Amino acid sequence: MSTHRVDYLAIPAWTKGWLTLVAALGAVVAVAGLSVLYMEHQGHWVTGMTNQVVWGMPHVFAIFLIVAASGALNVASIGSVFGREVYQPLGRLSALMAMALLAGGLAVLVLDLGRPDRLIVAMTHFNFKSIFAWNVILYSGFFAVVGFYLWTMIDWRMKRVYKPAAITAFLWRLVLTTGTGSIFGFLMARDAYNAAVMAPLFIAMSFAFGLALFILFLMGSSKALDRPLSLELLRKKGRLLGLFVAANLYFVAIQHVTALYQADRGPVEAFILLHGGIHTWLFWAVQVGLGGVLPLILTLRPDASRDRLAAAAILVALGGMAQIYVILIGGQAFPLTLFPGMETTSSFADGQVASYVPSLAEVLLGLGGFALALLVTLLGASALRILPASLGDGEEATAEVLDAEGEPHAAQ
Amino acid sequence: MSHDTTRRDLLKSAAIGAVAIAPGLTLIAPPAQARAPGQPASAANRWGLLIDTRKCGSVCTACVDACKTEMGLPALDRPATDAQYIRKVDVKDPKTGHQHSLPVMCQHCAKPPCVDVCPTGASMKRADGIVLVDRHICIGCRYCMMACPYKARSFAHEDQSGQKDHNPRGKGCVESCTLCVHRIDAGGQPACVEACSKDGGAAMLFGDLNDPKSEISQRISKEATSRIRADLGVEPAIRYQGI
Amino acid sequence: MGVRAVLLALVLGLMTMVSGAWAGETGPSFPKAQGNCVEDPATMRRHHFDFLKHQRDDTMRQGIRGAKHSLKECVSCHAQVKDGHAQPINAAGQFCASCHEYAAVSIDCFSCHATTPQQQAEAKR
Repeated sequence: MSTHRVDYLAIPAWTKGWLTLVAALGAVVAVAGLSVLYMEHQGHWVTGMTNQVVWGMPHVFAIFLIVAASGALNVASIGSVFGREVYQPLGRLSALMAMALLAGGLAVLVLDLGRPDRLIVAMTHFNFKSIFAWNVILYSGFFAVVGFYLWTMIDWRMKRVYKPAAITAFLWRLVLTTGTGSIFGFLMARDAYNAAVMAPLFIAMSFAFGLALFILFLMGSSKALDRPLSLELLRKKGRLLGLFVAANLYFVAIQHVTALYQADRGPVEAFILLHGGIHTWLFWAVQVGLGGVLPLILTLRPDASRDRLAAAAILVALGGMAQIYVILIGGQAFPLTLFPGMETTSSFADGQVASYVPSLAEVLLGLGGFALALLVTLLGASALRILPASLGDGEEATAEVLDAEGEPHAAQ
Repeated sequence: MSHDTTRRDLLKSAAIGAVAIAPGLTLIAPPAQARAPGQPASAANRWGLLIDTRKCGSVCTACVDACKTEMGLPALDRPATDAQYIRKVDVKDPKTGHQHSLPVMCQHCAKPPCVDVCPTGASMKRADGIVLVDRHICIGCRYCMMACPYKARSFAHEDQSGQKDHNPRGKGCVESCTLCVHRIDAGGQPACVEACSKDGGAAMLFGDLNDPKSEISQRISKEATSRIRADLGVEPAIRYQGI
Repeated sequence: MGVRAVLLALVLGLMTMVSGAWAGETGPSFPKAQGNCVEDPATMRRHHFDFLKHQRDDTMRQGIRGAKHSLKECVSCHAQVKDGHAQPINAAGQFCASCHEYAAVSIDCFSCHATTPQQQAEAKR
């Protein structure tokens, strides 16, 4: 194509398929809401969470979604901040998904609080020494910054601030993921955390998980709407995904090798890597194997097919869930070291590996976060011109636009 | 029964006990004066404990039982989620087989990680160094429980009833040892310390670490003491001997 | 237009009358406490929550004890004793509950705070 005109079309609403999807997602969100009512009414003792494993499945889902949210924005950033034109048509979806995923993750996080009715307290009382309090500001700010960025992408009158908005959003998301990683990085009490590598590790994770979810939504929507999606573009995204997966694996290696080198971290590393039962299994088989090595093989082949790229994206997301599970639950299951080198026992589970069995309600709440994120994306892309009419090659593109609406919508 | 003793009786008996030994030569000096009404806690005090683990029996749970009664912590028979402000930890050296036992509770750190990480400021340190949870603004995020190196905190996992009026506690908030702040403010000493001297091995000593004349300050200036995970640098107010 | 306005005025007027009559009949009734409150009733009615909130922060965060606006004192004066048992202050028809139910304001105090005076309960044991 000689001219770079991209046409965007809203997802046609109120069709049978659209209604079915909205109803299904709404149902999952409703079930999650019921789970919350149940858990909050009974108290957390009906969940798998205890005084030993204080953060459970809702936090695994929430952290995954929040981390993926900042990663989903990368596609837009690559197009704008780094000037790769081929990614620019996807900027709008990228920004919308980033906000939607963050909304889903935060909803799960907030609804698991012991006192969710006191959310207003979290918004009015700030302890600025707390990375959590900073995250409240970073997360709220993310909506404002990315929302504004999306506006500059949609409204041509805002074009002059498009670049500054893009750069702000990119820097903001880097700080945001640093903040999320630092939730763990700052915990000196626990042997599994308390490392500076947590911040860059979380950034690498966000790149991979966010792009994986983005690819999946893009493939799903283009198939459902029957809009062309160039295989070449997909392969490009796939290679990028492979790069991010490699970066994630690299930081995981750093995380564990540095810990292994510290003698006092030996026991916790042995637990995660060798004899931690479910955690060891999830680490090697799901996080590293299925979610790391296999997607690398699938994406880095130059002749990767659509199905293989989709499979790779699914595997990265799956491996990501496992990775956060191992970091979060595994790190808590391993007992605190009160007396280094000693064996301890007590009525409060000192010195014992904590068991954690997630309850159904927790998992349903987490899935509700996914459904909410998807629902927000779907509704957003139905109300606004988010998705490109075509991501096909050559002639395919313009033909599609004229077929779909009869008149072309110039956006650039 | 210690829990049937009212605070007034307790102060009375403490005063009598102190005088009865010999006027002018009080072995157990009253550790603190009741603070006058309207006066805030002062940084001039730093309340702390000295625990001699050599006097702590491995099967004795006097401190733990007293705490449960004093703070109104019912046993709901759910060990994974029931609150424990204080617990007995048995420590064994795997190389030598040497064993000892000691109580662990909130260590009332001078640099408490729980206070640093709390997003709302609910986790707080009073001027006199007592670390508390302001449950009026605790949102139940449990980040403090992730941050505490001593596993000192519990989360109220379900509706509570039968609370003591000096220890309000309810579902959805984090709680922990208050060093019996209600007793200290009235000039008393923590329930665990009292129970230990009465029914246990008299292994626990309460006092003001900032007052060089207090018994606890005298002892820690003359005898070797240490703190759990002193390497973390959080400067707990609970000192131990024999760990 | 004019007819609609008149109708609306009528409906609103009727509603005020009905609700006024209803309020007059079944206003909150609660057990009266012995002795005098720390403030006069009108002040307490308007400001008790401010007093309580102010003192809770002073006591909790600064350790100031013995001030007069204490929830513990509310409970100890206003809890009724029936058949030798103190009634929870937040039970239906009791002092806190009756008014708060009437005003449709939920109280968050008693998910944590003791609802009966402790001294009495312990003396009886």
